Amino acid sequence: MILAYLILILLAGSLLALLTGRKGNLWPRVISVAAVSLDLVLLIIFSSSVSGTDGKWLMDLQLEWIPRFGISLHLALDGLSLVMVLLTLFLGIISVVISWKEINSRVGFFHFNLLLILAGIIGVFLSLDLFLFYFFWEMMLVPMYFMIGIWGHENRTAASYKFFLYTQASGLLMFIAILALVFVHESTSGTLTFDYVQLLGLEMPAAKELLIMSGFLAAFLVKLPVVPLHNWLPDAHSQAPTAGSVILAALLLKTGAYGLIRFVVPLFPSASAAFAPVGMGLGVIGILYGAKLAFAQTDLKRLVAYTSVSHMGFVILGVFAFNVIAYQGVVMQMIAHAISTGALFILAGQLYERIHTRDMDQMGGLWEKTPVMGAIGMIFSLASLGLPGLANFVAELLTLLGTFKASVLMASLACLGLVAATIYSLRIVQKVFFGKMNHEWEIADLNLREKIVSAVLVVLVVALGLFPRPVLNLAGPAIIKTLDSHPAQLTGLPDSGKSAGNGKTASFNQLSGMFKKH
Amino acid sequence: METCIALIPLIPLLGFLILAVAGGKFDRKTAGYIGAGSVGISLVLALIAGALFLRSLPGVSSYSVSLWEWISAGELRADMSFSLDSLSLVFCIVITFVGFLIHVYSIEFMSGDEGFSRFFAYMNLFVGSMLILVLADNILLLYFGWEGVGLCSYLLIGFWYKEPENGYAARKAFIVTRIGDTAMIIGIFILFVNFRTFHLDELMLQVNDKWSVGSPLAVITAALLLFGALGKSAQLPLQTWLPDAMAGPSPVSALIHAATMVTAGVYLIARCHVLFNLAPVVMTAIAIIGALTLLIAGFSALGQHDLKRILAYSTISQIGYMFLALGVGAWSAAIFHFMIHAFFKALLFLAGGVVILVLKEEHDIFRMGGMKKEMPLIFFTFLAGSASLSALPLVTAGFYSKDPILWYSFSSVTGNFWLWIAAFTGAFLTTLYTFRLVFVVFFGETKLKPSFQPGKLMTVPLAILAFFSIVAGFIELPESFGRFHLFSSLAENTLPAVTVRETGYPETLFQLLSALIVFAGIYLAYLAYYKKPSMSESFEHGRIHRFFESGFGFDRLYDVLLVNPLVWLSAINRNDIFDWLNIGLARLTVLGNRLFSLTQNGKLRWYVMSFTIGIVLILTYMILR
Repeated sequence: MILAYLILILLAGSLLALLTGRKGNLWPRVISVAAVSLDLVLLIIFSSSVSGTDGKWLMDLQLEWIPRFGISLHLALDGLSLVMVLLTLFLGIISVVISWKEINSRVGFFHFNLLLILAGIIGVFLSLDLFLFYFFWEMMLVPMYFMIGIWGHENRTAASYKFFLYTQASGLLMFIAILALVFVHESTSGTLTFDYVQLLGLEMPAAKELLIMSGFLAAFLVKLPVVPLHNWLPDAHSQAPTAGSVILAALLLKTGAYGLIRFVVPLFPSASAAFAPVGMGLGVIGILYGAKLAFAQTDLKRLVAYTSVSHMGFVILGVFAFNVIAYQGVVMQMIAHAISTGALFILAGQLYERIHTRDMDQMGGLWEKTPVMGAIGMIFSLASLGLPGLANFVAELLTLLGTFKASVLMASLACLGLVAATIYSLRIVQKVFFGKMNHEWEIADLNLREKIVSAVLVVLVVALGLFPRPVLNLAGPAIIKTLDSHPAQLTGLPDSGKSAGNGKTASFNQLSGMFKKH
Repeated sequence: METCIALIPLIPLLGFLILAVAGGKFDRKTAGYIGAGSVGISLVLALIAGALFLRSLPGVSSYSVSLWEWISAGELRADMSFSLDSLSLVFCIVITFVGFLIHVYSIEFMSGDEGFSRFFAYMNLFVGSMLILVLADNILLLYFGWEGVGLCSYLLIGFWYKEPENGYAARKAFIVTRIGDTAMIIGIFILFVNFRTFHLDELMLQVNDKWSVGSPLAVITAALLLFGALGKSAQLPLQTWLPDAMAGPSPVSALIHAATMVTAGVYLIARCHVLFNLAPVVMTAIAIIGALTLLIAGFSALGQHDLKRILAYSTISQIGYMFLALGVGAWSAAIFHFMIHAFFKALLFLAGGVVILVLKEEHDIFRMGGMKKEMPLIFFTFLAGSASLSALPLVTAGFYSKDPILWYSFSSVTGNFWLWIAAFTGAFLTTLYTFRLVFVVFFGETKLKPSFQPGKLMTVPLAILAFFSIVAGFIELPESFGRFHLFSSLAENTLPAVTVRETGYPETLFQLLSALIVFAGIYLAYLAYYKKPSMSESFEHGRIHRFFESGFGFDRLYDVLLVNPLVWLSAINRNDIFDWLNIGLARLTVLGNRLFSLTQNGKLRWYVMSFTIGIVLILTYMILR
């Protein structure tokens, strides 16, 4: 039941926030923090009490909803979703705290939307019924649209439309694909069901599988996003209020990645294997193209938005490498990117509150006035370029290494992204904090609230860089289970350590075998 | 012993942590004590570890200690673990020793700077990362340290962040070395995919076991690692960042861009010597790159007017000698030259830094002069360093470290006459630019008066380094002088000995020749820059000089080939070409809207007309069907 409570608490919190919003601005904030914290505490208590990291579901809840159509309230938690939900709740608290001073109009409605988005995201991470999944998928969308459209920056209306249209259109394609999948299943097995577990292992002709998969892909790849379907992202990210940007970058994008791992790969094993070269190619293009555009931006938030495109390229690259190392890298990347990009958006927000611009050409030399902010900016720029010792390095290393086993060419091309990331990340530090002051700004350094938020993020990004094992261990069994029966894995499990990874690795090993000594 | 090894890198990192978190709250004295003290403790620990290590020889040739499991995923596993053998011991002691002296020197040198505790925080982070690099027992941890020192180099080059040029130099250093690092990480991937481990010793065992000499994978992997080493050690074609790196404070140039970090490439190649031995092509490339680099950098040094840039090119050139030695398989000669070079080059930078500091940031040597009279102590220490750099025969350490390289470049089985000629010419250039510097700065008439005299915190480290620049060579004598090989017998616990071919020439002949060339160089410098300055007049203002000054125009070449196209490419597509898909779609919709709203014009005639046309069309279709 705890899984349902997680969502219900947030829903109740959102209603309460809306209602108390008329009484004063403090109530919605306190209620939001309380609701999310309660969730976090509950989750930590209950997840530590359940053992069994053998890849089965840690918690499973199935209630009847619309039995006539085989639709049920099926929520379940495994290591992967646990990691994602923890991340969501953690960043949820951060989002409320950073909006404390920034949002002053319609505070109740703002927090209503915020908690609704969080509930939707958690629903997405927990749903094992495709209808329910689609329901939560759409539930994230509308409140986010309001958040950008009401509390955003100067071009908020256009940005919110763009966001809405992209995600709505791609979501509908997914819905059609869900229906198609369900009907194909009905025609072969005779039962009408939306249940994920029952739909697994469905055999169908290759063309049909590819077609249905592409519906799912549409939704997930737009969300991730993949070049050339990424254009909603820079606008939405740069126009949203800080909390909106943080949630977008840190959490919403991850639902796309999660969808690939949870639904696309297990439901469509052979089609996803066939799609792998294209998928990896899209990943490489995303990495390089995103980096190139990030370098060209002068709007700080837009720049960070394009770095997200680049970093999410690693995710899709790793997903279609189909091996444990790459998948661990993908999970790490989701978390590391959430923290580091979230922190950079928070930084941009803090700067905007002080100097009322996002234009980096106006900034410069701010280190002198705000050394703490400068140090924070430096750390997260370094995280973004993948410096060892920080979480992003572990993520990129594992992703690239896993990809290298699958495709030497793709991994080598993606490595160029490391150089590109260096170029754009250092540009942030240079433009904002180094150089000469352009204006005689008298601005204050971070206050205590801001310092605490930043310090927590810094500690986390360093801790995960030096001790990534808790995350890797948590997500490991779920990943192994996902890949267990995948056709791209049939040549043997890489983690067993006795045989080569997938087909391409095998040929690479044969190549090396040819040169062995005798 | 194990605790000792683990603490060597951790203490400076602890120092960094304290200074980074609470740096602003300390007064300068405390911050300086923490900064220099942590490296001092590290030095003591390294010496203890060294003593214990030597006692246990030849029984145990390496110690290792594992702190925690860093990354594990699938079959991948990398630990935070260190190991100490004779190679890492030499590096450890040099890093902590030279590092400690430079930290002490910096307390006074940086005393007037507002970023005092920030400086020491970065310096401590650097020392810690460098120690991780040389103590790492797996190649991933080595890469960790490798990137860490790169970061510190970036932070310290751009230490005076208000000048945009410093920021540019800092980014250039980071980006150029990162290009090399990216090649290196791909090399690491190849090693892992083939051998399923990152552990260095195990990797080298397996490499030796499974790859044959000249096998394509060995060659590719060695070439990729070499490219990483070229970036870090500022060798051709990735050398362009080092001269600009001189934008940082002088102690930074001394520690990072002369004594320690830039030799990381030498360390990497020596550490992976088993792999490199399997790739003779790459070994030849290393020797040739080393030879070319030492020549190009030697000529470029002749063309500089900025004191620190002369020393920077000199560093590139001396590392070229180390690469040459590595390339001909003279492993311990390369490491020995690294050690001696660390002493005299740190000394030269520190002494030069004093000159620049007391002359109020004057970098142009031709605006200096007569410093011998003004600051005799600085002069004598600088002279000791210069003599050692020029490898003045018999009395300087530089002679004992460089002479073997010259000899082995000819006499090693992979050496040849041309490599020797390059090294020999390089020796002449070295002497010439070094004594050009000495004569111009310290002799002649005084053009600028020093604003103050350096205190003990600066002069004592200089004197100590000068002492080592002279006497440290006696622990390793050339074959022709007698059998006294303290250093190589230590190093050869880890590294193979050089294989010498029968050349038919005695080593003494070559020593005599290199002695002669050194004196010739000094004499020419004396003539052209002291006795008859008119001699050098035409050179100093000529076209060749400008070519040398630009470092053979590599910067401009890269600007034209790489930087400008990339900047242009991002400038033309700033607004993201794919956005036109949306804009196009939106415009199409608006156009459609306008088009269809034309039909809604409220005129009855139009409506009747369109009805009629419609009916006619439908009827026609039905009839013809």
